[in-house]
Amino acid sequence: MLRIFKFLKPFRLMVLGVLVLVFLQTLGDLYLPTLMSDIINQGVMRGDTARIMQVGGRMLLVAGGGAICAILASFLSAKMALGLGTILRSKVFRKVESFSLHEFDKFGTATLITRTTNDINQIQMVTVMITRMMVSAPMMAIGGIIMALREDKKLTLVLAVAMPILAFVIGLIASRVIPLFRQVQGKIDKINLILREKLTGIRVIRAFSREEYETKRFDEANVDLTNHFIKVNKIMAFMMPSIMLIMNLTSLSILWFGGIRVSNEGMDLGALTAFSQYAMQIMFSMLMMSMMFIMIPRAQAAALRINEVLETVPEIKDPEGPKDSFCGKGYLEFKNVTFSYQGAEKPVLKNISFLARPGETTAIIGSIGSGKSTLVNLIMRFYDVDSGSIVIDGVDISEMSLETLRAKIGFVPQKAMLFSGSIADNIRFGNEQASEEEIKHAAEVAQASEFISKKNEGYDYQITQGGTNLSGGQKQRLSIARALARKAEIYIFDDSFSALDFKTDARLRAALKREMKDATVILVAQRVGTVMDADRIIVLDEGQIVGMGTHRELLDSCSVYREIVASQLSEEEIA
Amino acid sequence: MRGQNQDTRAAGHRGGPAGALVRPVEKAKDFKGSFRRLLGYLRPHKIKLILVLIFAIASTSFNIAAPKISSKAMNKLQDGYMARAMLKNLSEAQNQIIKEINQQLKQAQTNPTLRQSLPADPEKIKAVQEFLQLPLLNTVEDAEQKAVICEKILDFSKKLSSGEQKINLTQEQIDGALRAIRETNGQYDFHYIGNIALILLGMYLISFVFSLIMGWVMSGVAQKTVRDLRREVDHKLNKLPLKYFDAHSYGDILSRVTNDVDTIAATLQQSLTQIITSVVSIIGYIIMMLTISPILTLIVLTTLPLYILTTRFIAKKSQKYFAAQQRELGELSGHVEEMYTGHNIVKAFGHEKNAIEKFEAINNRLNEAGWKAQFVSGILFPLMRFISNLGYVIISIVGGIWITKDILGLGDIIAFIQYSRSFDMPIVQTANIANIIQSTIACAERVFEILDEEEEIPDRPDAKIIKSPKGEVRFEHVDFRYKEDVPLIEDMNLEVKPGETIAIVGPTGAGKTTLVNLLMRFYEINGGKISIDGIDIRDLKRSELRKMFGMVLQDTWLFKGTIKDNIAYGKEGATMEEIIRAAKAAHADHFIRTLPDGYDTIINEEGSNISQGQKQLLTIARAILADPKILILDEATSSVDTRTELLIQRAMANLMKGRTSFVIAHRLSTIRDAEVILVINKGRIIEKGNHKELLAKGGFYADLYNSQFTGADQLEMEDSEAV
Repeated sequence: MLRIFKFLKPFRLMVLGVLVLVFLQTLGDLYLPTLMSDIINQGVMRGDTARIMQVGGRMLLVAGGGAICAILASFLSAKMALGLGTILRSKVFRKVESFSLHEFDKFGTATLITRTTNDINQIQMVTVMITRMMVSAPMMAIGGIIMALREDKKLTLVLAVAMPILAFVIGLIASRVIPLFRQVQGKIDKINLILREKLTGIRVIRAFSREEYETKRFDEANVDLTNHFIKVNKIMAFMMPSIMLIMNLTSLSILWFGGIRVSNEGMDLGALTAFSQYAMQIMFSMLMMSMMFIMIPRAQAAALRINEVLETVPEIKDPEGPKDSFCGKGYLEFKNVTFSYQGAEKPVLKNISFLARPGETTAIIGSIGSGKSTLVNLIMRFYDVDSGSIVIDGVDISEMSLETLRAKIGFVPQKAMLFSGSIADNIRFGNEQASEEEIKHAAEVAQASEFISKKNEGYDYQITQGGTNLSGGQKQRLSIARALARKAEIYIFDDSFSALDFKTDARLRAALKREMKDATVILVAQRVGTVMDADRIIVLDEGQIVGMGTHRELLDSCSVYREIVASQLSEEEIA
Repeated sequence: MRGQNQDTRAAGHRGGPAGALVRPVEKAKDFKGSFRRLLGYLRPHKIKLILVLIFAIASTSFNIAAPKISSKAMNKLQDGYMARAMLKNLSEAQNQIIKEINQQLKQAQTNPTLRQSLPADPEKIKAVQEFLQLPLLNTVEDAEQKAVICEKILDFSKKLSSGEQKINLTQEQIDGALRAIRETNGQYDFHYIGNIALILLGMYLISFVFSLIMGWVMSGVAQKTVRDLRREVDHKLNKLPLKYFDAHSYGDILSRVTNDVDTIAATLQQSLTQIITSVVSIIGYIIMMLTISPILTLIVLTTLPLYILTTRFIAKKSQKYFAAQQRELGELSGHVEEMYTGHNIVKAFGHEKNAIEKFEAINNRLNEAGWKAQFVSGILFPLMRFISNLGYVIISIVGGIWITKDILGLGDIIAFIQYSRSFDMPIVQTANIANIIQSTIACAERVFEILDEEEEIPDRPDAKIIKSPKGEVRFEHVDFRYKEDVPLIEDMNLEVKPGETIAIVGPTGAGKTTLVNLLMRFYEINGGKISIDGIDIRDLKRSELRKMFGMVLQDTWLFKGTIKDNIAYGKEGATMEEIIRAAKAAHADHFIRTLPDGYDTIINEEGSNISQGQKQLLTIARAILADPKILILDEATSSVDTRTELLIQRAMANLMKGRTSFVIAHRLSTIRDAEVILVINKGRIIEKGNHKELLAKGGFYADLYNSQFTGADQLEMEDSEAV
């Protein structure tokens, strides 16, 4: 939490301003009862009306001043808290954008989103609360105690008893309720889970006629949640009445003991009234502070999560003095590359060596977990290799800038990911300089122009977030068009045809062949049909190359390949 | 989106006394109707609610009456104080004057010149004589006598007009003090004060017990009401046709059953008691203030319009800014979500800079809207307090003056101040709750919308059961359409003999699941008849009909629970042997046994601890265990690795033995061996026949078949992007 607050530096003056203003406002609030007691002692008891008016006027000024201070403080604290939020968000977002996939995977998308949005909102809100309440509550409590002491020392003994009791009762109830609340949250999650399962599996449930069972499951969770909630409520029911009782008993004790003090001429009536008001102020600020104790741990957790992001140092950075002179265009070579994910026992890729040349298609096939996608990610330098090297056009990729490297590559990911915006925008994502002609051409080659032309808006058709208004096949084709627009030296297709039907797949491959005469193509696939006519097929098994060659060669030499083929094609098709 | 906001809502929506006032309010469509309907759910708890109402009124009344009663003690204390002060002052004055007179007399005796200066006025002499005859105040015991003496001393000191004014009080105060002397005899009446303290103690304790009982009674009401509501929605979901689920996103339904219901729960929980106590408090405060002083009450009430005006003004402004903030926040979240989910694409295409630029633009707009919302909502409280202080000061002044005129006692003023200061709290609360109720009714409406949806046609009362089905399926002149004006299946006829395999072929998204929907009666056909073993499926009990089917779809639905339970889902009360036998037949036994907990391994929420292929094997095992007569299979296994694929294929072959099977086919071997191939495109059956017939026909199927392994680039292709 404190580390987060160091980002408040640019707002130093504002923080100071808030503190001063809140202090003044608290002073004002504390001064009012004293003035009230003045009215009683100097005015009422002496029948001095002029004095009453005078002090009353002063009270009005103090109240007005307090209000102005509070408004100004609210202004500054709003500016400051939101400013802090804005800076934090910016810092976190920039940081995440600089992450390589390794750091990104370590966190996971969902939590990074929460950290950038909800967690920072939480901090922002707590900052507002802190400046509004937490600063004033302790000031109020301490000030109240000082003033109370000034009015009468002996009577503060009442407070010395009442305050710990109040703190104890609140603490007792909170300590019993908070864990229960956590349990209730768990039960709510459980109900949500059952419902979600019910909705996603509605066909299966109905197919197996298990509605009754599901209803029972839901009902059990429902009743369980209800009972737990009632339990929490029953404890919580103690909270307000107890606090009220303690407060009331405190003021009663003040009246009684204060009365005795007055009868002993230890204090006067004005002081007694002022005292009882201070007592209430102290108790209220204690309530406020106890609220902070609930809020701060939450914010603390958020702050920790944010700090974790900010303190992560991206592992892959541009080299100092990147090389930018290349020999050739599109020569990609793996030299004895070994790579393992952090914390993994075994490497995902072991001693991988091959050379891909312009005008050739290199296909990579293998079962799940064989390391196909990892290999592709290494070319993009999403991860750094453990040993060996990847060389493009004569330069080790770790010696060129990320921008130069990635500009050479047109990447089509496994999962077609589009962004909200028009179709044209999405294709232009691959190449900002692309002309309209080039965009249309890319779409055509990617077999996308046909469905685009069927949309009323054509290339201006707006894609929703996550591309939910397009079919899987359409998304995949646009993602291919995006890569094509890049006019890259090397194209990588990471199992990018899976959502296409056989026919479109075939037509696309034919079109790509024509389009990519001079480019290097790396093709990761599951379907044998897709890789059959590649110039070179690399068969991966458990991270190692177990076979390399053309379809025919591999059929003869590689048993893993034969097995894969056998599972997909019938005898005559293999031939 | 609504789901993600739970946190902010929990902290914001209900935060602070004016939480809901300053935020935008969601308006209900039919407030009255929905409100009444929601109240209907409270009907079973009527008695409890009445009880709560009684206890609330009682406990609040005690709380309200307490300051008034404690003011009596304070007044008594003031009386004692005043009397004591007066007695003390006058006694001193008496002694002083007597001393002075004696001194003057002594001096007069020794110094004759001075004698002349003594008052010659017989009146005065008489007064002095009388004064000297007065018993000393501090020796008198009787209260009445003391008062009389005091009066006389005061009279005397007035007559000695030349003497400096010792007492600076108004006549009313003097009268009050004299009255106090008569009543208290210059003593603090701790007996009286003690009695009052005991009464107060009793009231506080009773009030504590009452509000505790209220809390206890109420603790169940809200939760049980919501439990019933949840139950009702759940039952409703079972009766809704599949059509409904296809038309509504899971997120939306889920949000209605969870978030909206939770909001209703929170409102019932908090606001119900709050509104009772607030209203009782407001009325009570006004009554109590009136009993103390109608005029002061009027002063307090004049501050009311000020409250209302300020609140309305600020609420209007801040709602606008909050709406803007929400909008920007939504946009920001959207952008972040997009950039993060597409992180590798952003990196691959070097778009980090653009992403950051866009982010900063939204972030700055968010900052602008955010601080305004925060500021405007933040000043509501200080303004309220200022208005409250304004009342406080005026009451202090007026009250102070009135005390000097002995119109009111000090205790009265203090009690009054307590009332007027607590007065604004329930008012803000009531306004706040009014807004909360508004948005709660909007939530309730969304839940009611689900409850009002049209249900599936219920099973006929005389619905039949096929004891031992053979698995003969027949489509006769079947018409079907999802949308009124878009016919999908028209006059379809199909005859399937027991044990036959029907391959369904077509491009992705062509609507191959339509057939599944019709067979299992997830949707109702618009015309014609589907029959199994000669019986119209509409005459069958739905559950019995569906029991005849086994289904293995690409979307492998498993629930969070053990593998054992997931397989056993296919058959109620399945034994462990049966489960293992099914798993073996599905080629799943081996991999299950390699898992750390074997059959007791818990599949987690995302199902991420086993692979997609393994999940598919489990669904096959589930279908095998259910032992259906008719199968519906989806061969699509795109994300499954080749070796598991092989296992799945074998498992499916095992499963299909001796059963009528409808297969959404991807493998040519399956298609070729099928008795009937249905070619579907754009949701319609466009060709029907066996492999040879269809190839000979040279239509869509022939195209499809030829395209898979030819690298051909000149294919006539119909677009495949329908449905």
